[in-house]
Amino acid sequence: MTPIVLTIPDLAIAASLIVLDGVLSVVLRLGLHRQLAVATIRLVVQLVLVGFILRGVFALASPLLTLGVVLVMIAIAGREVAARPEQRLARFGNYTIGASAVAFATLLTAILALTTAIRPTPWYDPRYAIPLAGIVLGSVLNGASLALDALLGGVVQQRAAIEARLALGGTIGQAMRPLVRGAIRRALLPIVNQMSAAGLVTLPGIMTGQILAGMAPMEAVKYQILLMFLLAGGSGLAAVAVTFLGARRLTDDRQRLRIDRLTQKTKGRVA
Amino acid sequence: MTARLRIANLRSGVAGPFELAVDAGECVAITGASGSGKSLLLRMIADLDPNEGEALLDGRDRRRFHAPEWRRQVVYSAAEPGWWGELPLDHFPRSEHARVLALADHLGVAPGRVRDALARLSTGERQRLALIRALLLDPPVLLLDEPTGALDTTATACVETVLRERLAGGTAMLVVTHSDEQAARLGNRRFHMAERRLSPA
Repeated sequence: MTPIVLTIPDLAIAASLIVLDGVLSVVLRLGLHRQLAVATIRLVVQLVLVGFILRGVFALASPLLTLGVVLVMIAIAGREVAARPEQRLARFGNYTIGASAVAFATLLTAILALTTAIRPTPWYDPRYAIPLAGIVLGSVLNGASLALDALLGGVVQQRAAIEARLALGGTIGQAMRPLVRGAIRRALLPIVNQMSAAGLVTLPGIMTGQILAGMAPMEAVKYQILLMFLLAGGSGLAAVAVTFLGARRLTDDRQRLRIDRLTQKTKGRVA
Repeated sequence: MTARLRIANLRSGVAGPFELAVDAGECVAITGASGSGKSLLLRMIADLDPNEGEALLDGRDRRRFHAPEWRRQVVYSAAEPGWWGELPLDHFPRSEHARVLALADHLGVAPGRVRDALARLSTGERQRLALIRALLLDPPVLLLDEPTGALDTTATACVETVLRERLAGGTAMLVVTHSDEQAARLGNRRFHMAERRLSPA
């Protein structure tokens, strides 16, 4: 299974399709050609840079460097999770919660896969660890940000209902249960959809890539199944972690609902 | 005699300090402009908002209660009640449904309405159902925030009759109202809230 190596002229031919898009934009006055050009350049530059970095990291094969790269990826994902919701928890709560949930879910899932299913030697070989962490991270990021958004948005909407339960002597756990359940549910729906549609609606990316790279279809399928399991597990862990950490920030030692710890993202908007 | 509910130096960043004692069977009525702090006071007593100072139920310090246990005894009923289910009966344990219907009848809410979706009920019907939620707990202290704010005279009279029965049974009440007439009818004592301070009226 030797992959068919692409040459620069091969890419240049494919790039003519981008030129076609540009021409379409001009002819149909879509006004997209500038954005298209910028996006194309960004795509090439970013990926080439990543390629260089990966080449270096793979060559050095230093566990510390590998961990460093993964942690940087986690930190960026944590910021993305924090930025999604309209509401902000006090004292950088969104960021702390987003980053810790993402780190917890990604590391746990990736390490499990590396030490049990994939088992490269050593298990932290950057050639496997970094791409795996990356793909898990994408799904974890999605789950965590949906959960946090649903939790923080929902607590504002359901404030009266939650406080009514508390005022009648309910515990904060009882009062928040529908909200917590809704947030985790919402985070898990995309991965459930993805698994149900896999292979029918689209051929999943990993499988496509591996088949193109020369792997036998059944081997590629096994990899894809493994990865979908990892993504589902990672999303679930991230959603649960984000929701519980977030819910804890929204209450205190007297089981009050501390909506005062939330602020609206956009300044000047009436809450 | 120990007061049923006593608060001392109760304060938060935005309201107080408040001093007040309410005996069993006594009703204290609080009037005052919107935003003067009436709801804040009730929420502080129920420990729904962060606050400092003392609150005692029959002489027992609030800090010695588990927070939900305190709120189960000192029940706050909001002016705009929240609902977590779709039907009124979703908010009551099945074993209490008969009592809910009986109380609804006393308060002038027809049984058919109790089984209807909350979204189809009037504000006044929802307000009375929210009061039933609080009454069913038979708490020693009731903190009622404008319990008849959305009600006509007939329904208001029904609510006041039920509240008077509770007072006769020994419940202590703090009632926030915009109506001086209601304050006079129900209140054994009356207070006025202005700029988040309480003074006898």
